[in-house]
Amino acid sequence: MSILIFVEHSDGKIKKASLEALSYGAALASKLGLDADALVIGKTEAPLTELGGYGVKKVFHVGPTETSSTDTKIISNLITKVVEQINADVLVLSNTLTAKGVAPRVSVRLKAGLVSGAVSLPEINNGFTVRKNVFSGKAFSDINILTAKKIITVNQNAFEIAKTAGTAEVVTLNLEIPTSTIEVLAVNKTAGDVLLSEAERVISGGRGLKGPENWGLVEELAKLTGAATACSRAVADAHWRPHHEHVGQTGLAIAPNLYFAIGISGAIQHLAGVNRSKTIVVINKDPEAPFFKAADYGIVGDAFEVMPKIIAAVKALGAN
Amino acid sequence: MKILVCISRTPDTTAKIAFTDNNTKFATEGVQWIINPYDEWYALVRAIELKEKDPSTVLHLITVGTSDTEPIIRKALALGGDEAFRVNSDQEDPFYIASQLAYIAKNEGYDLILTGKETIDHNGSSIGGMLAEILDFNYVSLAVKLEIEALKATINREVEGGEEILTSSLPIVVSCQKGMAEARIPNMRGIMAARTKSLKVSDPIDAECLTKTSVFSLPPAKAGVRLIPAETPELLVKLLREEAKVI
Ligand SMILES: Cc1cc2nc3c(=O)[nH]c(=O)nc-3n(C[C@H](O)[C@H](O)[C@H](O)COP(=O)(O)OP(=O)(O)OC[C@H]3O[C@@H](n4cnc5c(N)ncnc54)[C@H](O)[C@@H]3O)c2cc1C
Ligand SMILES: Nc1ncnc2c1ncn2[C@@H]1O[C@H](COP(=O)(O)O)[C@@H](O)[C@H]1O
Repeated sequence: MSILIFVEHSDGKIKKASLEALSYGAALASKLGLDADALVIGKTEAPLTELGGYGVKKVFHVGPTETSSTDTKIISNLITKVVEQINADVLVLSNTLTAKGVAPRVSVRLKAGLVSGAVSLPEINNGFTVRKNVFSGKAFSDINILTAKKIITVNQNAFEIAKTAGTAEVVTLNLEIPTSTIEVLAVNKTAGDVLLSEAERVISGGRGLKGPENWGLVEELAKLTGAATACSRAVADAHWRPHHEHVGQTGLAIAPNLYFAIGISGAIQHLAGVNRSKTIVVINKDPEAPFFKAADYGIVGDAFEVMPKIIAAVKALGAN
Repeated sequence: MKILVCISRTPDTTAKIAFTDNNTKFATEGVQWIINPYDEWYALVRAIELKEKDPSTVLHLITVGTSDTEPIIRKALALGGDEAFRVNSDQEDPFYIASQLAYIAKNEGYDLILTGKETIDHNGSSIGGMLAEILDFNYVSLAVKLEIEALKATINREVEGGEEILTSSLPIVVSCQKGMAEARIPNMRGIMAARTKSLKVSDPIDAECLTKTSVFSLPPAKAGVRLIPAETPELLVKLLREEAKVI
C-alpha cells in the first residue's frame, strides 16, 4: 500500500514539474496514511537520495541504462511493472509531454482510472474524487476514480513544492528493457533559457507589436525577469515567432505566476490557454480590449511608449 | 494503406460554459457544436493529404456518440474520407470510448490511426494512448509533422523546448496538433459527396468505465482589473514587486 510518484529528469537534474508531483504525492500519502515512494527511470547524475526532502521514503531506480522517454510502450511497461511489484495504490505523474504519452497506456495496463491535469489534492471522504480543468480552463470537473488502483497527472504550477530535510533510500531495480521499434533521429531545441511550460513568469506579445522586429521589448523584459517568451496565435501564424511559443486553446496551455500580455486582444481562444495564470497583466491601447476583463493589472496605452518605461523601472529595481 | 481518424464533437470555442442539473451536466442550450479543432484541422486534414499523395489509401472516420453527433461526422466526411463509423453511446469515460474505438479498429486492421492532441472540452489527452495500448500499437503523442514512406512513419513531435524527429514502424497511433496541416473548408462538391458516403452505426460493446464525472464548477470570478495610468508605468512594476510579489 503506497503512493508511487514517477519522476522525470534531464541533464542530471530532476525536473521542476516532477518536484511538484513529488510534493503532491507526499501530501496525498500523508492524507491517506500511506508511504510515498518515487520511481526514476534511466541513467542520471541527479542525487536521488535527496528526493527524501520532498517526502518520499524510497526511490526505485530503474537503471543504469540510458532510456529515452520517446517509446511510450517501453516506459509504460516499466512503470506498470514497478507499480505491480511494490503494489502501489496511486501513481502520480506531472502532466508533462512525457506523461501525456505514457499515463494513458499505464491506465489500460493496470485497469486504473486516470485523471489527467489535476489541480488539487483528491477528496477522499466520499469515494476518491479528483478536480481537474475542463473546457480549456473555463471550468473544473470533479472526477470520481472508480477503480482500486488510481492514476493522477498533476498540472504544472498547480501545486506548491514543499521541501524539508530528509534522505531517501535508493533501491536499484534491474528490469529487462525491451527493444524499441522507434528510433530517434534528432532533437532540435529551439527555446531560450526558460522553458515555457515550466516558466514562473511569461512575457507574451500579440499583433499589437506590429512586427517581429519589435520583439526586443518582449525579450528584454523576459530576460530581466527570468521569464519565458510567448505569443498569440495570430503572431505565430504570421511567422513572427516560432510555433512552439503560441499559447491558447490550440497552442500551449500555461499557468505561470505572472502572465504579461502586450498588444494581445484577449480572444476567448487565447484566454483558454492562459486563464489559469495567477497574475495577469495587460498592456493594450484599446480600453475595450476583452483581455482587461481577465486581467489583474492593466495599462491602457501604446506599448511602444509604455514598455520602455516598464523595462527601465524593472532595471532600476535590479539596481536596488 | 488504411487510415482511421478519430473524430469527436465539442462545443464551439466561443460557447458559454454553464451547467444544469445541480452542476452535473453541461448546459447545451444554444451551444454550437463543432468538430474538435485538433481532430479536424490536424488529424483529418493530414490524413486527407496522405490520401491525396497515395490515392490507393483507404480513409475511415469514427466517432463514439449519440445521434446528436451525426452532423459532425457528416461534416468530417464532407472534408474527406471514404466512409465513417458511429458507435451509438453517450458514455464519457476515456477508457470506455477507447475500448469502442479499439473494437472497430481491430476488425478493420488499420496501419495508421490519428487522433487530436486533446478534446477541448474534456482536455484528457488520453484516448489516443489508451487506444494504442489496447491495440498494442506504438503511440506518438503531440506530433507536429508526419510522413509515411515504405511502411515507416517519420514524425516530428513536441518535446520540452523543441522538437524530436523519430521514425517508427507501423501500425501506430499518432496524436496530432498544430503544424501537421493547414485547416481546410469543406467545398460544395465534398458536402454533396458526403451525403452518399457510408456511415455505419453500431451499438457499443460492453466495456468498463474507470471514472465518472461527479460535478462541475466554475473558477471564482476575477476581482476586476486594477488600471494604472499610462503616464506612471513604474507604479505597475512597484505593484508587481510589492503587492503581487511576482517579480
Ligand atoms: C478555433 C480557434 C482556435 C484558436 N486558438 C487560438 C490560440 O490557441 N491562441 C490564440 O492566441 N489565438 C487563437 N485563436 C485566434 C484568436 O481568436 C485571435 O484571433 C488571436 O488570439 C488574436 O491575436 P492578437 O490578440 O495577437 O491579435 P489582434 O486580435 O489583432 O489584437 C491585437 C491587439 O493589440 C492592440 N494594439 C494594437 N496596437 C497596439 C499598441 N501600439 N500598443 C498596445 N496595444 C496595441 C489592439 O488594441 C488589439 O487588442 C483561435 C481562433 C479559433 C477560431
Ligand atoms: N467520442 C469520441 N469519439 C471518437 N474519438 C474521440 C472521442 N473522444 C475523443 N476522441 C479522440 O481522442 C482524442 C483525445 O481526446 P481526449 O483524451 O478526450 O483529450 C480526440 O482529439 C479525438 O481524436
